[in-house]
Amino acid sequence: MEIYGYRVPAAAALLVWVVIWEIVGQFDLLLMFPPFSEVLASLPEVIGTASFAEAARITVVSYLSGLALAIVVGVGLGLLMGMVKRADQILNMWVNIFLSAPLSALVPVIMILFGMGSPTVVATVFMFAVWIIALDTRAGVLHASPSLIDMSRSFGASRGQRMKLILLSALPEILAGIRLGVVRGVKGVVIGQLLVSIIGVGALFSLYSQNFLMAHFWALILILFAFALSLAELINRLEARVEYYAGNRS
Amino acid sequence: MNMTSATEHAGAPVAPADAPDAIIEVEGIHKVYSGNVTALENINLDFRRGEMTSLLGPSGCGKTTLLKIVAGLLKPTDGEVRVNGAPVKGPGPERAFVFQDFALMPWATVLRNAGYGLEVRGVAKREREERARHYINEVGLAGFEEKYPHELSGGMRQRVGLARALAVDADVLLMDEPFSAVDEQTRRKFQEDLIRLREIEKKTFILVTHSIEEAVYLSDRIVLLSPRPGRVAQIVTPEIDRSGDPEAIRRTTEYLDLIDDIWAGLRTYVE
Repeated sequence: MEIYGYRVPAAAALLVWVVIWEIVGQFDLLLMFPPFSEVLASLPEVIGTASFAEAARITVVSYLSGLALAIVVGVGLGLLMGMVKRADQILNMWVNIFLSAPLSALVPVIMILFGMGSPTVVATVFMFAVWIIALDTRAGVLHASPSLIDMSRSFGASRGQRMKLILLSALPEILAGIRLGVVRGVKGVVIGQLLVSIIGVGALFSLYSQNFLMAHFWALILILFAFALSLAELINRLEARVEYYAGNRS
Repeated sequence: MNMTSATEHAGAPVAPADAPDAIIEVEGIHKVYSGNVTALENINLDFRRGEMTSLLGPSGCGKTTLLKIVAGLLKPTDGEVRVNGAPVKGPGPERAFVFQDFALMPWATVLRNAGYGLEVRGVAKREREERARHYINEVGLAGFEEKYPHELSGGMRQRVGLARALAVDADVLLMDEPFSAVDEQTRRKFQEDLIRLREIEKKTFILVTHSIEEAVYLSDRIVLLSPRPGRVAQIVTPEIDRSGDPEAIRRTTEYLDLIDDIWAGLRTYVE
């Protein structure tokens, strides 16, 4: 972006919104929006509390376990769908339905199945993240060069060695799927905890909103956004290291 | 023809008496795709040990299909291929394949790509790298061992493919239009290098090509295939002396006349 000949980073757009937010907040125009400076000021307060530390721990643990499960199952499912035509015919429709379905509506059902605790949140994260990982993995496998597979067969590669080759061929797509899954998983962990609302960040959200601690409320949202974005960025970096061959596959 | 003994394995079965120097026998091969498309019809061929045979024909004549059947990558609908007298059930260590699109692993270095055939056979790292290095050197890629495929030109990538096929020390090299994705100048140089390489390696080559010049330039025997369904139309044996300057071959009358003859035979299928 360039303004009057000066190079301005794209993130500067955020600053404009922050200023508008600050102005709206300072004039007390909306009850929902305390000034941005107040939100920032309450950040250390939120982070400092014992309940935040506990909520963060629970959230991170259930998020990471849900995501790990989603990666293992998603990649496995995607490999199966990419390699076995019959499995693809049976599963493809379902995976696509779950991918585009409003999964938040399913959380109450998950709650009935897994109870009002962390397992429900883990299951929600899993449900949010797994389908895109499966579909991207499948796309990666189908994209793998047939002659590369012929090549490994012609040199007498075992089934396991061929699998390894397919997996490495599909790696760029798998990573893209995982990156999307990481972001969707954050949605899952927040929605899951909000609906369960007695554990983790969800409990904090209800606590803050019920007591009109809007600055704290927004501070928590900022923290979650930062968490989701830095995770996605981390995967992005990883992708960039693999990317160099994604465009060079013959 | 005393190169036969040089390439024969000690434990290999004795070839049938009626074809003493046939390393690969193709007998009654039919290939029908998806029920009704006949790609190959009744192919009977012998490939002789130590020779370079070209399968030449216009697109759609099934030449690549035939090569893949010989490689064991495709199953024939009917008929049998025998290598050293033993029927082909799938790919085997006595045959190595060179791919039209190179089929290199983009995430692996030249060294690792060239050693892949040895890697899947469980050869220890030190030994396979040593052998890979030797063949990388032999195909003229010394100094590029640590490069990745996308850092190489098309011709260089195919040299890696060739090094990989040579490294497993197969008796037969099956080459599927190895130069078609390589630019013209590189192709000529590559063809000349291949002639030189043949003198060192003494292997049996089967080359699929749609280039008449290439087939005449390189091969001891040319099998002309006619399209739809693919059949053996004619077998030509060029009498070209390749011992001298490789560039001079392209000016000999035998070379030029044969190209004309083959073109005269093939043009009926193209028109």
